[in-house]
Amino acid sequence: MAKKSKLKLGLYWAASCGGCEIAVVELREKILLLDEAADILFWPVAMDFKVKDVEAMPDGHMDVCLFNGAIRTSENEEMAHLLRRKSKVLVAFGSCAYEGCIPGLANLFDKDSILRRVYLEVPTVDNPRGVLPQPATHLPEGEVEIPRLYNTVKTLGQVTDVDYFVPGCPPQPHQIWAAVEAILGGKLPPKGSVVGANEKTVCDECKRLREEKRIKKFYRYHEIIPDPEHCLLEQGIVCAGPATRGGCGALCPQVNQPCRGCYGPPPNVMDQGAALLSAVASVVDANSEEEAARIVGDILDPAGTFYRFGLPASTLHRARLGNR
Amino acid sequence: MAGTFEPRIIAFVCNWCTYTAADNAGVSRLEQPPNVDVIRVMCSGRIEPAFILKAFAMGADGVIVSGCHPPGDCYYTNGNYKTFRRMPLVERLLEQFGIEKERFHWGWISGAEAIKWAQLTHEFTERVRALGPLNWSRQLESKED
Repeated sequence: MAKKSKLKLGLYWAASCGGCEIAVVELREKILLLDEAADILFWPVAMDFKVKDVEAMPDGHMDVCLFNGAIRTSENEEMAHLLRRKSKVLVAFGSCAYEGCIPGLANLFDKDSILRRVYLEVPTVDNPRGVLPQPATHLPEGEVEIPRLYNTVKTLGQVTDVDYFVPGCPPQPHQIWAAVEAILGGKLPPKGSVVGANEKTVCDECKRLREEKRIKKFYRYHEIIPDPEHCLLEQGIVCAGPATRGGCGALCPQVNQPCRGCYGPPPNVMDQGAALLSAVASVVDANSEEEAARIVGDILDPAGTFYRFGLPASTLHRARLGNR
Repeated sequence: MAGTFEPRIIAFVCNWCTYTAADNAGVSRLEQPPNVDVIRVMCSGRIEPAFILKAFAMGADGVIVSGCHPPGDCYYTNGNYKTFRRMPLVERLLEQFGIEKERFHWGWISGAEAIKWAQLTHEFTERVRALGPLNWSRQLESKED
């Protein structure tokens, strides 16, 4: 029967916002084609399968698992290992799994300072007893355990072996479909490839007019209404286009927003943040050290700006522990 | 000897000015600490910020970047302009990563300033020695959370 050849597919989310799940639904009517071609065996956000169902599968039972989300808790890591074992092809799906993404900015802090901030210091928090989440809590009914939070947010590839990487926050539906078609058609590139993206930068896909980049002042997004025709970087808005892999179709610049860098580094760039810093700073129009320092001083948060999506996957991975 | 820390320092220097100074310092028998490993590049404008991060990630305790004096000394006219536009940001970036300012020096040394080079390597080495090891590689290898 034809049913036998149906692809066995799993989808999972770890430390993520859910946007990658929405992106899958954004396939719209094509999701019916996906359903025709594949049996979904695990998809916690949409279907009622349990972890024990996955545990009961023989190893390598699923053909493909699309894993979104970074690794931030002991549970995330356990699920990563489990799904690696049960899947023939494990795909780091979306920016979090691929390079850490927004949750990865937690790597500028440590676990204790994050818990303190979130549970004690935030002005809207009412926690007079100063209760913090504990890995284990004794209750009359017995001990209740929750997963441990890690100091360091990791990418999927940093905890287990990953076959393919799909970038994007979230991956664009047409690119997801391209990746799905490649999987269905058995036309998979070499292991370790980035799929569902292009080989050039976002600038290559951006239709804006580029002239000469000579920046006298950097603006934060709320400080300027950009000209809709010209390159945003030329207008003094930090745009990650020059250091970001294309594939999205330059969506953000199309709506007058600078690229934030969610597709990760272009091929052969080892550190997206360093590349972006270099690109942005070198076009500063300053002819003395003092002037240069003043102009780049407009960029208030270099680490957060240049590594918005890729801190855990970057050269330094995280800020130094035990130094704050 | 236990308790003795010898800092490992990587110096990215341009071919035309600072490397010449370092070379002259050697030829002139000026005493220099053996802690500084010199990496010659053609221009300080060629020193990508990624090089500096990689040096720290791979175990450097301190990094020096040095080229030709602005405005006019650069062999390529304005390579050093790129350097002074980038390095203030690199400095702040490193601080956000918890790498002390004192572990990173950038500046200018011309080919005639061999003595300045020898002084810099001495002072910088002692400064980094006082801070102790950075050990970034251990942080990356750590299997802890």
